[in-house]
Amino acid sequence: MTYQEKKSIMSLVSAVVIFGSFCLYMYPQFPGNGLESLETFRFWGSFVFSLLVVSIIAHIIINIVFNIVYRITTGEKEPTFEDELDNIINLRATRNSFFVFILGFLLAMGSLLIFQPSQMMFIILITFGFMSDVTGSVTRLYHYRRGV
Amino acid sequence: MGKSLVGNHIRKLRFNHDEMTQQQLADKVGVTRQTIVALEKGNYSPSLELAFRIAHSFDLPLEEVFFYGDTIEK
Repeated sequence: MTYQEKKSIMSLVSAVVIFGSFCLYMYPQFPGNGLESLETFRFWGSFVFSLLVVSIIAHIIINIVFNIVYRITTGEKEPTFEDELDNIINLRATRNSFFVFILGFLLAMGSLLIFQPSQMMFIILITFGFMSDVTGSVTRLYHYRRGV
Repeated sequence: MGKSLVGNHIRKLRFNHDEMTQQQLADKVGVTRQTIVALEKGNYSPSLELAFRIAHSFDLPLEEVFFYGDTIEK
């Protein structure tokens, strides 16, 4: 298995672990009072920003650890640049990822249209944000294994 | 993804050039080893520029390194 394939798998696993553990951490903090209260909106706002910061920091740390482990176990250095194959695969991964996110965005707006509570919109947005990240990693893995 | 219609003789040519490694060829043409692997497996059709760079690295014309679908060798 090549560096890029291993990296895609690592990215997929870390996305699931980070999102899963962050949700478990935030779940008990969900405000119990009224569904549309100001506190609820503040909760979702802080959820999104905290998730963003935590996932960026965690991804950087996991990436550094992965590169160190890769060098030790294989004796090879990771590629220091991206070539045309990497660029094509990244473009396809970004396209699929955006497609999933836009689908989630439309569903979230649709939920408001059919008078669902606003927290439903946040849940859909966040879930599809996570799914778009997973889609990007899966697309990368697929194209690195099966070709372009 | 199906196999690429553009085939190549890269593996054979590497062997004939002092058993050049995939990494050496990758360094010569400015891509990662993964791309050479994908090319040899027929999983990727290179850009025209990369195809020329690979052909030049073997001192051969393009058509002696790459071929199109209906002339795929067995």
